[in-house]
Amino acid sequence: MTPISRGFRGRSRPDAPADRVPPGQYVTDDFPVLSAGPTPHTPIDQWTFTIDGEIDEPRSWTWDEFRALPSEQITKDIHCVTKWSKLDTDWEGVSVDTLLDGVNTEAEYVLAFSDGGYTTNLPLEDVTGGKAWVAFGYGGEPLDPEHGGPARLLVPHLYFWKSAKWVRGLTLRNEDAPGFWEQYGYHNYGDPWREQRYWGD
Amino acid sequence: MAGAAVLGRLAPLKWRVASLAELVDETPHARTLVLDVEGWEGHRAGQHVDVRLTAEDGYQAERSYSIASGPDDGKLELTVELIEDGEVSPYLVDELHHGDTFELRGPIGGWFAWDPAEGGPLLLVGGGSGVVPLRSMLRARPADVPARLIYSARTLEDVIYRDELEALGDDVVLTLTREQRDGIRSGRVDADLLREAGFAPAQEPRIFVCGPTPFVEAVASELVELGHPPERVKTERFGPTGR
Repeated sequence: MTPISRGFRGRSRPDAPADRVPPGQYVTDDFPVLSAGPTPHTPIDQWTFTIDGEIDEPRSWTWDEFRALPSEQITKDIHCVTKWSKLDTDWEGVSVDTLLDGVNTEAEYVLAFSDGGYTTNLPLEDVTGGKAWVAFGYGGEPLDPEHGGPARLLVPHLYFWKSAKWVRGLTLRNEDAPGFWEQYGYHNYGDPWREQRYWGD
Repeated sequence: MAGAAVLGRLAPLKWRVASLAELVDETPHARTLVLDVEGWEGHRAGQHVDVRLTAEDGYQAERSYSIASGPDDGKLELTVELIEDGEVSPYLVDELHHGDTFELRGPIGGWFAWDPAEGGPLLLVGGGSGVVPLRSMLRARPADVPARLIYSARTLEDVIYRDELEALGDDVVLTLTREQRDGIRSGRVDADLLREAGFAPAQEPRIFVCGPTPFVEAVASELVELGHPPERVKTERFGPTGR
């Protein structure tokens, strides 16, 4: 039995349609930051994006090569495990489908890896089929370093820690392996609609 | 690192009923809630909890709050700072009375946490209410672990845990950003202050930085420039980016 918090009324409800705000989330116009450590600043001429692991020939792009790939405008709602949701965020990025185009792999999982040692794990099917991008633009501007620039993964249907900042590549894996936050108490999959915040949720 | 092998086999973190045992006014805008929590199993310094409030019509709001108490303090304490247009903090700071109950679950977070067994020295840098999880670490610290808290507050009136921190003497260095006071530093936490009051990289301090996003961005970058390895600089940010 959930106790009522005497005198708590909450904000005048729905500043947002209920079907867009997952349980336990609130809508913000800000863009808060959650990072485990200092913001890395890799010089753009040393930046590469790599796909390795269960792939015959690992692929790698320099920044210029990456930016020459076809990109897309993406408008999505995002949901952070720290409870905020932000609606209709505008991104520009390269679809992971584009990066994996023509790849034959038996892999069922990916481990995204980033500058600063951050990793996060996802099922391959959650980053393919138009569900994930490597984003380099936000709101019509280059992506700020504190929000993950020059490029971050964008997987808007999962809690936002899965959208790894400062992403530098994807490792295709036959077996799942927990990433950074997933080892420190956060849920292995992270579906906001099932409120999969922490281990055991 | 926490064991990956146990992933998925853990029981869910249950919502527990917390009742307010005591209130401590820390500043005009922040209060410490001293709580009795059914079945609470303890925490590590630096961890947080999720709080859930339920209105009479069933509406619920959840927020995360750092744990202010030390692991051995007995009761669980949260220090909550009022956010002007907030939804949950005005209730916790201004409405909650003795004996009122709400739900929480935790402890949460294994990264921004410190165990005495990890040793020191401990370099803690806090901005505003970012001092809360750092206070938990200071309470957990054994006397033989060197520690230094560098704490930035707007004015002296905004200093949380003032008496407790003053009692720690030189282990605490306070700086005020919006007020000049005799005998107290003023200005931001910059490279000079970190070099002077922090430990040298050669001493391999364990570093925890917590505060508003722009504060943490600036301090973490300065620490890396001073030569501290990025992987030793653990951060926790809150609030908007300001741009």
